[in-house]
Amino acid sequence: MHEAAEVAPVDLHAAKIRVFKLQDMIFHKVTLLFALVVLAGLAGILVSLAVEAMPTLRTFGLSFLWRNVWSVPDDEYGALIAIYGTLVSSFIALLIAVPVSFGIALFLTETCPAWLKRPLGTAIELLAGVPSIIYGIWGLFIFAPLFAEHVQPHLQKVLGDVPVIGAWFAGPPIGIGILTAGIVLSLMVIPFVASVMRDVFETVPPVLKESVYGVGCTTWEVVWNIVLPYTRVGVIGGIMLGLGRALGETMAVTFVIGNANRITGSLFSPGNSIASVLANEFGEADPGLHIASLFALGLVLFVITFIVLAASRWLIARGTARQGR
Amino acid sequence: MFVSKRIQFKLAGLAATLAMGLASASALAVDITGAGATFPYAIYTKWAEAYKAATGNQVNYQGIGSSGGVKQIKAKTVDFGGTDAPVKEADLDAAGLTQFPTVMGGVTIVVNLPGIASGQLKLDGATVAEIFRGAIVKWNDPAIARLNPGLRLPATDITVAHRSDGSGTTFVFSNYLAKQSMAFKRDVGAGNTVNWPANAVGGKGNPGVAANVQKIAGAIGYVDIADAMKNKMNFVALKNKAGNYIVPSQDAVEAAAAGANFKVRGMAPDLLDQPSKNAWPITSATYVLAYEKGADAVKQKAVVDFFTWSLNNGQKMAEELGFVPLPAGVVKMVEAEMKKIK
Repeated sequence: MHEAAEVAPVDLHAAKIRVFKLQDMIFHKVTLLFALVVLAGLAGILVSLAVEAMPTLRTFGLSFLWRNVWSVPDDEYGALIAIYGTLVSSFIALLIAVPVSFGIALFLTETCPAWLKRPLGTAIELLAGVPSIIYGIWGLFIFAPLFAEHVQPHLQKVLGDVPVIGAWFAGPPIGIGILTAGIVLSLMVIPFVASVMRDVFETVPPVLKESVYGVGCTTWEVVWNIVLPYTRVGVIGGIMLGLGRALGETMAVTFVIGNANRITGSLFSPGNSIASVLANEFGEADPGLHIASLFALGLVLFVITFIVLAASRWLIARGTARQGR
Repeated sequence: MFVSKRIQFKLAGLAATLAMGLASASALAVDITGAGATFPYAIYTKWAEAYKAATGNQVNYQGIGSSGGVKQIKAKTVDFGGTDAPVKEADLDAAGLTQFPTVMGGVTIVVNLPGIASGQLKLDGATVAEIFRGAIVKWNDPAIARLNPGLRLPATDITVAHRSDGSGTTFVFSNYLAKQSMAFKRDVGAGNTVNWPANAVGGKGNPGVAANVQKIAGAIGYVDIADAMKNKMNFVALKNKAGNYIVPSQDAVEAAAAGANFKVRGMAPDLLDQPSKNAWPITSATYVLAYEKGADAVKQKAVVDFFTWSLNNGQKMAEELGFVPLPAGVVKMVEAEMKKIK
């Protein structure tokens, strides 16, 4: 009797543990399955893009990447024009967005009065939630005409005669073009970069900052020498997030970039980006080389995004390694 | 007893409703689906709505683009296809398809020239081709001035506004200009997407082109007649084949169709640059494709019914949406052509 009573609870326990183990196993497998679905999706997209792009890759080979032509009537395609437009507009976007976002984050974490912190932070996060088509419509109907009338002529007057740089601002100021696309993109990217920067700036231990303030450093010295090195990884991550958005942005860019398939060297003149070519031409694309080339462009965008991601990983890894030393 | 009677009554009622439902379903359950050109999307859906109210039959139309429409009807995934670019006779024969027009439209040339009113600027096809080819880049170019004695033309740069998305509007417009000038055909080409010159900006959809023309001083662009009127844009008076300068209107488009010979296989005569006196030169129609011998006779009949009903009852709706109805004689021919659909 005494023995039986002792054995029974142990058995019960073991049974329970078995059930728990089974549950754990099932849970593990289910979550693993979810994770694998993502991987399979990624591989599936890559493979189907490559398969559909095959006719183009077979016709033009790798030269598709640097062929400076996109002519549907002649059935001649190349990715250079779209790659150029995508990279240049994204670069302009980051050129504007990074310093501005840094300023916003600095203000919010270091010098902002407490009562303003919350409404301002929320406002920036709200900006990130505005659908991109809204930015596009605003860019086309409000920003582009103002830009053409009040900014472009002055830019031309001041910078137009400077060697090298002058060529960037050549051509009629029509308000639509690569520069406008870059500026509109920067507005779309700022909320992302700024809110990430603010969040990582806030992770800096107050003790660190206070001790530096304690030895008489200015706010700028604190931010430049303590906050920024401490948060470098997060800041790079935020910038890359913004770059990722800028590279793939479709609707807003299509509205303001001018959709011209040529490279002129001037930032005032219309150009094209990979995403906007796809959005424009997919609907009525002729079967054959045209469709295949659009898929090939999609593949190129995929690879560019992958390279950006890999580069940011590498930068972050290098940064942490150096910090460890 | 009382309860069971009520239940009996209810059951009987239910059965009756069910029976009625089934009966009406079998009589009305003709659901047809079409897909294709986006240009007639507005009028097809409008017709479908009115047709459903009148007959109870459902017609679904998806605006997926002309080439998509041709692809889908050939793959037999839809009951009818829509296309702006007519399918050639040989292809119709090979696939066993019938083709007929449903509504027409016109492409207009619009400008933004401060100080010059709508219809005041006169151009001919050759000059328009030179402008859209990028060979004429200033508004005070002698070629334009020659056509407009007495009009003070500014020295502003010309900006060409075009569709950035592949479009039937571009197809019609570039085909018209390619007829006017070999140089245009060589440099720009003719099709849904073409190579516009260096002084061009692309806008998405008709509204995108309209916006660019309205925002950029010195811009010239091409949009559907309906969009041009909706946006109150400034038209160019265009010289037609008869030598008259025509301001675009529904009447002028109809005049172009009235002179054309629709009695050809595919019912797609070239409507561009028609010789009649008041014809608008850039006129086009949109077409429907259906199988001559379909697998499902009920659906085949439903397609014929839908378009017969629409062409007889829907002309007013078409006009209200900015389309131009087919002339009465052509409607008769379409009805005869549809007899082939079985």
